[in-house]
Amino acid sequence: MSNKTLDLLDAGQNARVIQVKGKGPSRRRLLEMGMVPGVVLSVTKKAPMGDPVDFKLKGYNLSLRKQEAQMIVVEVTGGVK
Amino acid sequence: MAEKIKVAVAGNPNVGKTTIFNALTGARQKVGNWPGVTVEKKEGTKKHKDHILEIVDLPGTYSLTAYSADEVVARDYILEEKPDVVVQVLDSTNLERNLYLTSQLLEMGTNLVLALNMSDRAETRGDDIDIRRLESLLGVSAIKTAANEGRGINALLDSIVNKTESNPPLPHEIGYGGRVEENICALEEILGSDRELSKNYPSRWMAVKLLEGDENALSKLSSSSIEGKVQNFLSDLDHEEYEVEMADKRYEFIGTLLPQVCTTCAEDVSPSDMVDKVITNKYLGIPIFLTLMWGMFELTFAFATPFMELIDMFFGWLAAAVTSNIETVWLASLLGDGIVAGVGSVLLFVPNIFILFFVIALLESSGYMARAAFIMDRLMYTMGLQGKSFIPMLTGFGCSVPAIMATRTLEDEKDRLITMLVTPFMSCGARLPVYILLAGTFFSRQAGSVIFGLYVLGILVAIVSAKLFRTFIAKGQPSPFIMELPPYTRPSLKDSLQHMWNQGYLYLRKVGTIIVGGVVLIWLLAYFPQGADYGSADSLIGSLGKLIEPLVAPLGFDWKIAVALVFGFVAKEIVVGSLGTLYGTGEGEALSSALVADPGFTPAIALGLMVFTLLYVPCIGAVAVIKKETGSWKWMFFQAAYSTAVAWILALVTIGVGNIVL
Ligand SMILES: Nc1nc2c(ncn2[C@@H]2O[C@H](COP(=O)(O)OP(=O)(O)OP(=O)(O)O)[C@@H](O)[C@H]2O)c(=O)[nH]1
Ligand SMILES: [Mg+2]
Repeated sequence: MSNKTLDLLDAGQNARVIQVKGKGPSRRRLLEMGMVPGVVLSVTKKAPMGDPVDFKLKGYNLSLRKQEAQMIVVEVTGGVK
Repeated sequence: MAEKIKVAVAGNPNVGKTTIFNALTGARQKVGNWPGVTVEKKEGTKKHKDHILEIVDLPGTYSLTAYSADEVVARDYILEEKPDVVVQVLDSTNLERNLYLTSQLLEMGTNLVLALNMSDRAETRGDDIDIRRLESLLGVSAIKTAANEGRGINALLDSIVNKTESNPPLPHEIGYGGRVEENICALEEILGSDRELSKNYPSRWMAVKLLEGDENALSKLSSSSIEGKVQNFLSDLDHEEYEVEMADKRYEFIGTLLPQVCTTCAEDVSPSDMVDKVITNKYLGIPIFLTLMWGMFELTFAFATPFMELIDMFFGWLAAAVTSNIETVWLASLLGDGIVAGVGSVLLFVPNIFILFFVIALLESSGYMARAAFIMDRLMYTMGLQGKSFIPMLTGFGCSVPAIMATRTLEDEKDRLITMLVTPFMSCGARLPVYILLAGTFFSRQAGSVIFGLYVLGILVAIVSAKLFRTFIAKGQPSPFIMELPPYTRPSLKDSLQHMWNQGYLYLRKVGTIIVGGVVLIWLLAYFPQGADYGSADSLIGSLGKLIEPLVAPLGFDWKIAVALVFGFVAKEIVVGSLGTLYGTGEGEALSSALVADPGFTPAIALGLMVFTLLYVPCIGAVAVIKKETGSWKWMFFQAAYSTAVAWILALVTIGVGNIVL
C-alpha cells in the first residue's frame, strides 16, 4: 500500500500514521493528542465544505483542517471509499 | 482543629471536572458538552471528616504544555500553587488519551487521585476496568465516578483525605531510553546544581520539559545561575525529534498498561458518528444550522407569548392601582410613569429571556456547539477567523460578557483579539426586548422575520468586521484548527433548567438594580424642573436630549431616542425602559400605541433604531470585560468607537432605504 498525506484520504478509509512533519505548538499538540507514529485511525467525515476533516483515533474524534492533515504521512490500510 | 487541604480538579477538557466540582462543593458552575466550558479557575470549599477541602476547578488541558489562555491558568495553578492533592478527572471511555496527562502529572510528582468519570457510559459499553490494578501499576488512588448521577463522590472525598495522611509519593518515572534518557540525565545534573530551582521544580520533570522545548519551563530558569549552561546544552539539540520520541514513549507506556487494566475496553462505532452523518452532511449541515437558529427564536416567541400577556395584565392593573390610590402627585408619577412603566416594560420580556437561555443551554449540553465550530470553520477561515471562534460567538446570543471570557480557549492571541472585538455584534438577550417592542409595534405581522433578520445582520457584521480586522489590524493567518468532537448526549433537563435559572436570575437582578436605578434617574430628569411638563422638551432630560440630538439627527432620531440610546449604554434593556418612562404611558400595549401615535416614530425609524441598538457600543459590562481580557484601554476604546460608527452608518442606510420602501 502506498504512503499518502492524511488530507488526501476519503471518508471511510483507514490508515496508520508513519510520520508527523512540521514543527511548533500545533505539531506538539497533535502528538500529545495521540497522533503519534504507529497509531491507527479512520476518516469519519468531512465538513460541508470539505474542510476540516474528522478522524477517529484512540477511541475519540479529532478534527483537523486539511492544512494540518497535510503534515501527517500515513499508510492506507483499507476501509471503503 | 480542622486541617485545610488544597485540592485541584484537573484533567482533559470535557471530561466532567466541573460536574465533579459541583458535586463535591455544592456549587453550580457552568457545565456543557464541549471542550472549553470552564475558562478560569473557580473555588469552593467542602468540609469532610475533620478536614476543610479548598477545592479549585480548573479549565481543561490535554497536557502540561499550555497553548491557550485557559490552559495557562490550569498549568500555572498546578505548577505554582502546588496543591496538596490533584484530582485528575478522566473520561473512562477514553482512557488512553486521558492517561497522557496522568503520565505528566506523575512525572511531576503530584499527589494524585484519579477520578474515572463517566463510568456509567463505560459500563453501558461493556468495559470492565480493573481499578485496583490501575492503582497498583501507577501507585495512585483511583475511584470510579459518574458525577452527573452523584456516584462515587463520597468515595472520592475519602480518597482525597486519605491521600494527605499517607506519605507523599515519589515521582513516577517513565523510562525514555536511549539518547533521550542520556540527555535527561545530563540536564538533571546541570539543574541539580541550582538548589533553589530544584527545590521548586523536580529536576527530572524540568529536564523532560526542557528537552521537549517547553518555553514556559525555560522561562522558569530565567533568573537562575544555570540558565546559560542549559541554553548551551539545548542549542545543539533537535527538539522536533525529541518531541515525537517522548510522546511516543508516553503512549507506549500507556499502551503496556491499559491492556492489563481493561481487557474488554471496546472501540466501537459510536452512535454519534451516525448522527453526524446527518448533522454535518455536505448538503444538510448548513441548512440544519440555520434551521436550528431560526427554531431557537421561534420557540422564544411562541412559548413566551402567554406569559407576556399575564405580565402585561399585571402591570396594567398595577399602574391603574397606583394612579387611583396615590394622591401625592409626584409619588404617583414616580411609581406610575417611572417605575411601573419603565421597569414593567423591561420585565415584560423576562419570559423571552428565560426561554432563550433555556434553548441555548439545550444546545450547549447536546454536543452541537463543537459541531457548529466544525461546520463553520471553513467559512470562518476565509473570513480570517477559525471555527473555534464560533463557539464564543454563539454564546454571545445569550450575553456578551461570558462570551468574551470564552474566547480564552483560542490558542492564538490574534484570533482571540479579533473574536473579542466582534463578539458584541452577536445580538445578546438584552437587545431582544428592544426588538420585540419595536418590531411588534411597527411590523406586527412580519415581526418574527424582522427579528431574525437582525440576528443575521449581527452575524454578518461580526464576520465582515473580522475580515477587516484580519486584513488591517491583526495581520496574519488564523491558527490551526485542532478540536475534539465530543459524543452527543441527550440534553439534561435538570442542567438546562439550572443554567436557565442562573442566567435568568442575573437578568432579574439586573432589572432590580441597574434598571430600576436608571429608570428612576430618567424619571427625575423628566419630572424636573418644577413647572415643566413631564418628559417634555423643557424638562431636564429634554434639555439633555436636545443637547445630544444633533448627533443622531441625521438619522431622523429625536431627542427621546437619543436619551434612550445614551442610557442604553448602561444596559441595553434601558432603551425600552426609558422609552416607557419618557412616553409616560406604561408598558406593553399602552407604550406601543403611544409610539405609533408619535409622528416622529415611523416604521423606518423603528427599523433604524433596532439596527442601531444591535450594533452600537455594547453595554458597560461588556466594555469592561473587553478591557479586562485584552488588558488594554486602546482596544476597549477602539471597539466602542468602531461599533458605534458601524451602527450609525448602517442605521442611516436602513432608514434611507426604509423611507423609500416602507
Ligand atoms: N454520562 C456522563 N456524563 C457526564 C458525567 N460527568 C459529566 N458529564 C457530562 O459531560 C459534559 C462535560 O461536563 P463538564 O463538567 O462541563 O466538563 P469539564 O471537564 O468541566 O469541561 P471543560 O470545563 O470544558 O474542560 C457535560 O455534558 C456533563 O453533563 C458522567 O459521569 N457521566
Ligand atoms: Mg469545566
